Amino acid sequence: MEWLNIILQGILVGGLYAMFAAGLSLIFGVMRLVNIAHGDLIVLAAYVALVVTDTLGLNPLLSLVVVVPVMALIGYALQRLVLNRTLGDDLLPPLLVTFGLSVIIQNGLLELFTADSRKLQAGAIETASIHLGGGLAVGTLPLLQFAVAVAVIGGLQVLFYRTALGRAFRATSDDQPVAQLMGLDNRHVFALAMALSLAVVAIAGVFLAVRANFDPSIGPARLIFGFEAVIMGGLGSLWGTLAGGIILGVAQAIGAQLDPGWQLLAGHIAFLVVLALRPEGLFPKVQG
Amino acid sequence: MPEPLLEVHALDAGYGDFQALFGVSLTLAAGQVVAVIGANGAGKSTLLKSIAGLMPSRRDAVMFEGAAIGDVPAHRRVARGIALVPEGRRLFPSLTVEENLLIGGQLGRAGPWTLARIHELFPVLSERRAMPATSLSGGQQQMVAIGRALMSNPKLLLCDEISLGLAPIVVREIYARLPAIVGQGLSVVIVEQDIVQALAAAAQVYCLQEGRVALHGAASSLTREAISAAYFGV
Amino acid sequence: MSVKVAHATPSSRIGVAVFVIGLLMLAAAPYWGDRQSLRLLAEIFAYVALASLWNLLAGYAGLVSVGQQAYVGFGAYLLFALTMLLDIPPLAAIPLAGLAAAIVAVPVAALIFRLRGHYFAIGTWVVAEVFRLLAAQVSVLGGGSGISLPISIITAIAPTRQWREFIIYWVALALVVAILLLIVWLLRSRYGLALTAIRDNELAARSNGIDVRRIKLAIYVGVAFGTAMIGALIFLQKIRISPDTAFSVNDWTAFVIFITVIGGIGRVEGPIIGTVVFFLLRQTLADLGSLYLLMLGAVAIVVMLKAPKGIWGLIAEKFGWQMFPLERRLTTLV
Repeated sequence: MEWLNIILQGILVGGLYAMFAAGLSLIFGVMRLVNIAHGDLIVLAAYVALVVTDTLGLNPLLSLVVVVPVMALIGYALQRLVLNRTLGDDLLPPLLVTFGLSVIIQNGLLELFTADSRKLQAGAIETASIHLGGGLAVGTLPLLQFAVAVAVIGGLQVLFYRTALGRAFRATSDDQPVAQLMGLDNRHVFALAMALSLAVVAIAGVFLAVRANFDPSIGPARLIFGFEAVIMGGLGSLWGTLAGGIILGVAQAIGAQLDPGWQLLAGHIAFLVVLALRPEGLFPKVQG
Repeated sequence: MPEPLLEVHALDAGYGDFQALFGVSLTLAAGQVVAVIGANGAGKSTLLKSIAGLMPSRRDAVMFEGAAIGDVPAHRRVARGIALVPEGRRLFPSLTVEENLLIGGQLGRAGPWTLARIHELFPVLSERRAMPATSLSGGQQQMVAIGRALMSNPKLLLCDEISLGLAPIVVREIYARLPAIVGQGLSVVIVEQDIVQALAAAAQVYCLQEGRVALHGAASSLTREAISAAYFGV
Repeated sequence: MSVKVAHATPSSRIGVAVFVIGLLMLAAAPYWGDRQSLRLLAEIFAYVALASLWNLLAGYAGLVSVGQQAYVGFGAYLLFALTMLLDIPPLAAIPLAGLAAAIVAVPVAALIFRLRGHYFAIGTWVVAEVFRLLAAQVSVLGGGSGISLPISIITAIAPTRQWREFIIYWVALALVVAILLLIVWLLRSRYGLALTAIRDNELAARSNGIDVRRIKLAIYVGVAFGTAMIGALIFLQKIRISPDTAFSVNDWTAFVIFITVIGGIGRVEGPIIGTVVFFLLRQTLADLGSLYLLMLGAVAIVVMLKAPKGIWGLIAEKFGWQMFPLERRLTTLV
C-alpha cells in the first residue's frame, strides 16, 4: 500500500513536470528552437509571483492572474527583440543566445533576491488531503496541480488543432515563406508562440513556488526535467509529454523511496533507458 | 484608358551573386489573363515571387493599383489582394485539405470565394477535406493550392507552373476551370512551360529568355517562329 | 604535372614565428615569474585547451555540447581515485584518466548521438548531471562534500614545493601545446578536410563517401580524452575536489563557451584570443561577482547576434590573417 501511495505521488508530480515540458515542446514544434533558459524562466515566474504576492497580498494561486500576462508579455518581447534574430538553419546562435540568457536570468535573480531559499504559502490547501479509501491519500494541492496540467495540455491540443491560431502555428512551422503568402507575419507568429509558452511557464512557476523551496539556481534542473519528459514522451506529442512527465515523476519517487540520495539519479536513469531502448519516445509524432 | 492593375517596371532580381532578372517590365489590366513563358531558368518564378513579395525589389519596380509596393512585405501584399499559387504546390503537410483552404482565408478579405464555392469549383476536394493535404494526388493537390490562393479573395492571382508534374488530362481539367475563376473579375498571371496551354488561356503573352523580356504581344498575333526564337534565343 | 597542397600563408608564417617565440618565453616562465603568475598562466593554459577542444567538437564537428564538465570532473575524480586508491603516481595518472574517459565516452556517445541538435546539447548536460550524482555517491572519494588529496601524493611529484609548482606548470604548458598541435595537425590532414565538409553540409559530405558518424564519434572520444586530462591537471593543482566544483557548469562550460564564442568559433585562433579577453575581463571585473557573470552572458549574446564569427573571425575576414598554416592551396609542380 505504501508503494501504491509512492507511485501515486510520482504520477501527480509528473503533472508538474509535464507542465515544465509543455512550453518547451510547443516552442520546438513551432520554430525548432530549444530554449536553454526555459528552466530559468520558470524560476523567474516564481519570483514574479513572489513580488506580486508580497505587494498585493494575494494568495499565490490567485497571483496567476498577474503572473501569466506578465510572463506572456516577456515572452513576446523576448522573441520579437532577441530570439527571432537567431532563427535559421544554424543551431549555434539560438543555443548560445538562450544559454547566455540563462546565465543572465540566474545572476540577475541572484543580485535582486540573493541566494536565499524562498517558498510561497498557499494556505490551508497545502496540507489538505483527500482520502481515497484503502489507506490511499492524495494531497489536494498535488491533485489540483495535476488537474491543471491535464487541462493545460488539453487546452494546448485544442488550440493547436481546432483554432485559426493553431493553424497559423502549424503552417508557419511547416513552410515560412508560404505562410507569409497566407498573410501571416512570421515574426509575429513566433512571438505569439513564445508568449504562449511563457504563459504555461508562468503556471508551472507558480505551482513550483507553492510546492517547494526555490532559489535562483534551480532553473537548469527544471529544464532537464522538462526535456527528459519531452524526449521520453516523444517529440511533437503533447499527450506524450504528459506520459513522459509521469514516468519521470514515478521513477524519481521510486528512487527516493529506495534511498533519498537516489531520487534525481533514478529519473535520469529512466530517461537514459528510454533513450537507449526507444529513442523516438513512447508516442512520437515528429522525427525531430 | 483605365490604369493597369499591375505594372512591373524595369525589375531586377537575383539570388546572392546571381542575377535572375534584368530590367523586366510587364503590364496587366484588370480582368486580363497574361501568360509568361520561357525555358527553365529564364526567371519566370523569380518574376512571380517578386510580384508576391517573397523577393526584395526596388520600391517602384512593382506597382499595384497605382501604388508602389516594392518595399511591402509579402504578408501585407496578400491583404492588398495579391495571391500566389507557388511552384510545386507547397501545401502545408501538417494541415488537412480543409485546413489548407481555411488558412488561405485567414485574412478574411471580402469577396465571392468561400469554402463552399471552392468545393463547387473542385468537387473532388469536398470528399477529401479531412485528409492530410499532401496525401492527395498531384492534380488534387494543385486544386487545393489554387483553392487556397482563391480563399484570400485576391484581385490578382499568380499561378506558378500549375501544370508541372501533372498528366495532360489533369492539366486540361484544371485549365478548364480558369474561365470560372476569371469570370469573377480576377486578373491572372500564368507562368507556364506548356506553351499550348498558355496561349489558349491568355490574351497577352510575355516570353522571358535569360532574365529578359524577349517577346511580348497578343497571344493571337504571335507566330510559332517568333515564339520559338524568343523562347530559345536562337 | 603533379599537384601539391600548400598550407602556409604570409601571415601564418609570422603567426608560427610568434607562437614559437611565445612558447620559449613561456617555457622559461619559472625563471622570470613568481608563484602567482605561474598559477595564473597554468589556469590560462587550461582554459585555452578546454576551449580549443570544445571548439573542435562544436565549431568543427558540429557537436554542440553543454556537458563537457562531465569529462572535466570525470578526469579529476579518476586522478584522485588512481592516486589515492591504487597508488599510481600523479603525473602518470593524468594520461590514464584521459584514457579512462575515452573509454567511457564510447557508450555515452552511443546513447546521446540518438539526439539531434539542441536536444543533443541538453542530453550532454543530463550525462554531466548523472556523472555528478554518481560521484556524490562514492563515499571513499568524499561523497557529496568532497575530499582533499593527501600530502604524501603531492610530495611524490617533487621534493620541494617550488619544483612541484614548476613541474605542474610545465605539464600544463606541455598539455596545451600538445593539444593545439594535434588540432592543427588534424585540421591539416584529410580528416580536417572531411570535418570542414561535414560542417558545411553534412548530407553532401555523406554522399561523398565520408563516414560522418565515425568521424564524429572519433572527435567526441578524442575531445573527452583531452578534456579529462585537463580536468585531472586542474584538480591536481587545486588539491581539493567536490562534485559541485568538479562538475560545475559555470566554470567548465559557460566560461569555455563564452571564450570560444567571443574569440571566434570554428577557427583555431578563436579560443586563444577568447581566453586572453576573458582573463583580462576577469582581472578587471571579478569583484562584481554575479554582475560579472551577468555581463559575460550579455556580451556573449551581443557577440552572437552582431558578430557571430567572434573577434578573430572579424580580423580574419578583414585582413585574411591566419596564425597557423591551415590554408589549402593547390600548387602544380611541373
